[in-house]
Amino acid sequence: MVAKTLYDKLWDSHVVQDYGDGTALIYIDRHLIHEVTSPQAFEGLRIAHRKPWRIDANLAVSDHNVPTTDRTTIDDPISRLQLETLDHNCASFGIRQFKMSDIRQGIVHVIGPEQGFSLPGMSIVCGDSHTSTHGALAALAFGIGTSEVEHVLATQCLILKKSRNMLVQINGSLGRGVTAKDMILAVIGRIGMAGGTGHTIEFSGLAIQALSMEARMTVCNMSIEAGARAGLIAVDEATIAYLADRPMAPTGGLWDQAIAAWRDLRSDPGAGFDRVIEIDAHGIQPQVSWGTSPEMVVSVDGRVPDPGAESDPVKRDGMRKALAYMGLQANVPITDIPLDKVFIGSCTNSRNEDLRAAAEVVRGKRIAANIMQALVVPGSGLVRRQAEQEGLDRVFIEAGFEWREAGCSMCLGMNPDRLSPGERCASTSNRNFEGRQGSGGRTHLVSPPMAAAAAIAGHFVDVREF
Amino acid sequence: MEAIKKLTGLVAPLDRHNVDTDAIIPKQFLKSIQRTGFGPNLFDEWRYLDQGGSAQDCAHRRLNPDFVLNHERYRGAQILLARDNFGCGSSREHAVWALLDYGIRCVIATSFADIFFSNAHKNGLLAVMLANPTIDRLFQDVARAPGYKLTVDLESQKLVTLEQRVIDFSIDPVIKRRLMEGLDDIGITLQTAELIRAYEQRRRQDAPWLFSEEISSADSLTGPNESTT
Repeated sequence: MVAKTLYDKLWDSHVVQDYGDGTALIYIDRHLIHEVTSPQAFEGLRIAHRKPWRIDANLAVSDHNVPTTDRTTIDDPISRLQLETLDHNCASFGIRQFKMSDIRQGIVHVIGPEQGFSLPGMSIVCGDSHTSTHGALAALAFGIGTSEVEHVLATQCLILKKSRNMLVQINGSLGRGVTAKDMILAVIGRIGMAGGTGHTIEFSGLAIQALSMEARMTVCNMSIEAGARAGLIAVDEATIAYLADRPMAPTGGLWDQAIAAWRDLRSDPGAGFDRVIEIDAHGIQPQVSWGTSPEMVVSVDGRVPDPGAESDPVKRDGMRKALAYMGLQANVPITDIPLDKVFIGSCTNSRNEDLRAAAEVVRGKRIAANIMQALVVPGSGLVRRQAEQEGLDRVFIEAGFEWREAGCSMCLGMNPDRLSPGERCASTSNRNFEGRQGSGGRTHLVSPPMAAAAAIAGHFVDVREF
Repeated sequence: MEAIKKLTGLVAPLDRHNVDTDAIIPKQFLKSIQRTGFGPNLFDEWRYLDQGGSAQDCAHRRLNPDFVLNHERYRGAQILLARDNFGCGSSREHAVWALLDYGIRCVIATSFADIFFSNAHKNGLLAVMLANPTIDRLFQDVARAPGYKLTVDLESQKLVTLEQRVIDFSIDPVIKRRLMEGLDDIGITLQTAELIRAYEQRRRQDAPWLFSEEISSADSLTGPNESTT
C-alpha cells in the first residue's frame, strides 16, 4: 500500500468525484456559519430557489459583530441588521444557531471543538480563514469565501484543487515561559507569510505532541498566517481524551467505533511531503511582532530590525512603510516599546488555558499607569463561565483588566472594541495588518503571558524574567 | 457571474508585497449584507486621508494624493499590477467584490493567497501570475508611459502590451473555462446530485457517527434539494 500523509487520507476519504485534472468534488461534513460572510450566500440560495442540502451539517453563531459588554441593545444599526439577518436566515432555513443569549455562544472556532461539533477525520469549512484551527483535531478544516459558503449550503460539497503536502516538524521541547503562540509566530517568521501557500501544513514532532489540545489549536489557527489554508495535527491520546463527553461527540458504541477509526488519522511512516521544515523548539524565544505582517516578528530580547540591512528593494520599502505605520525606529530594543492597550482574546488565544496563563502573570499586580485599557475577552460563554468558577475574572478585574462577554472583539474591531489612530496594543490575536484592530491602530502580536506581563510593566518584558 | 474573454484596460501599479484583504476592504465595510457597493471603500485607509465609516458618502472625503489609484493617470484602471502574496489574510470575498465594484477586472501579480485566488475566479475577476522579472519590467513600463494599457486575452493566454510585446501566461484549464463561460458552480455540482447521495450512503455506513439521528430525521423532513438550474 502507498504510504499516505494525513492530508492525503483526509482528502481521499472525502472525494465524491475526481475530475481527473487535479480537482475533485469534496464532501463537507461540517459547516460553521457566522454573520459576516453568510448573508450574501443565503440571498443567493433564495434567488435560485435552492434549499440547504443537509441542514444538520450546519451550525451558526454570531461572533464578529457582537458587543462584549451589554448585549440587550446594539447601537450600530448596520451591525444590528447583520446580526438580525443571520437570525432571520437561520430561522427561515431551519439552521441550528447559538443565539447571543446562549451560554454556548462564542467565537466560531472556539465553539466547534468545545461542543464536539468538530471531530477528527471530518472536512470542516467556514467563511472565515481561521477555520484552520479545527485541524488540531486531525480534521481537514479551512476557510472559504461567500460563494463557497453558498455552494456548501446548496450541495454539501466544494470543488477543490488538492494542495501540496508540507511538514513542519518541531523537535525538542519548549522552554519555560514559551508558548504555542511563540512557536507558530517563529514558524511564520521563518517561512514567511506566503511560505505555506498552496500547501496543507502538518505539524509534528515532540514539541507538538507535548502540547495540549488548546495549544495545538493556537498553532493550527495561524497556519493561514503562514499562507496555508489548512493546518493539521495527527490524532493521539490527547485528542481522544479532549473529545470524550463533548456534547455533540458520539457516545456508546459509536464512540468506540469512532476512536478506532480516528487512531489511523496520522501520516504513514515514509509518506512523502513536498516540503519539510525542521525547527528546534529549544531555540524559540517569546516572540513579538514589530511590523504590519505576521512574518515581521523578533524575539523579545531582540531589536526592531533595520531596513537599511535588507538587500531586496521592494522588501526594504515594505519594512520602511511598516516602521512608519508602527511609529517605530530601527534598532530600538523590543522591551523599550511602551504600550497603550492590551487585548487578550481572539480565536487564537481565548481558551481557558490562555486565560489561566495570563491570570497567573497578573495575579496580585496592577496594570501600569500608561495602559489605557486592558481587555480580556473569553472565546465562548462556556470558557467565560469556567474561568469565573476558577476565580480568574476576579484576578483580572483586581489587576485593572475589563472582563468581557465572548466574541471576536478587538481582534478585528467590527464591534465597538477597537484601537484609535496611533494607539499601540499588545494583542494575543493573529493579524497585525494596518488598521486591523482599528484605523491607524498599531498591533504587536504576542502570547497571553507576554500580553499580561506587558500590561503590568506598561511595555514589553521578557515574561521569563518577569 | 460575468464572463471574461478579452479585455483591454488601463494598468495601475500597486508596488507592495503582501497586500492583505484588511487593506483591500477594511472591516467596518463588511457589515453590508449586499454583494455590491464596496467600490468607494476599496483600499479605504490608503485612499482617503480621513477615517472611513460605513454608510458614508465618499464623494466628499479627502483623497490621499500620494496613493497611486488617486493619481489622475490611473483613473479608470481595469488592471491592477501587484507583487507577492496579493490578497493574503482573511477569507472575505468582499475584497474581490470591492475590486470588481471599483472597476478592476484583472489583477496581475507574482503570487496570490489561496483563498483570494479562489474567490476571484468565482466572481469573474481574473488573477494572472507572472514571474518576477516580467512583473518588474511591467512596473517599469507602466511608470514610464502614462496611459499604459494592456490587452488580456484569456482564450490565447496572452497579455499584449501597447508596443505589441506579447507575454504568455498559464492558467488552470478549469478556471479558464469557468471564467470564459461565466459558469455557475452550484448548478454544475447539482447535476451530480446522485453521486453526492451515493457518497453519503457509503459514508453513513463507514462512519455513522458523522450522521447523528438528528441529522437523518432532519434529512427526511427537508430532503436534499434537486437541481433547479
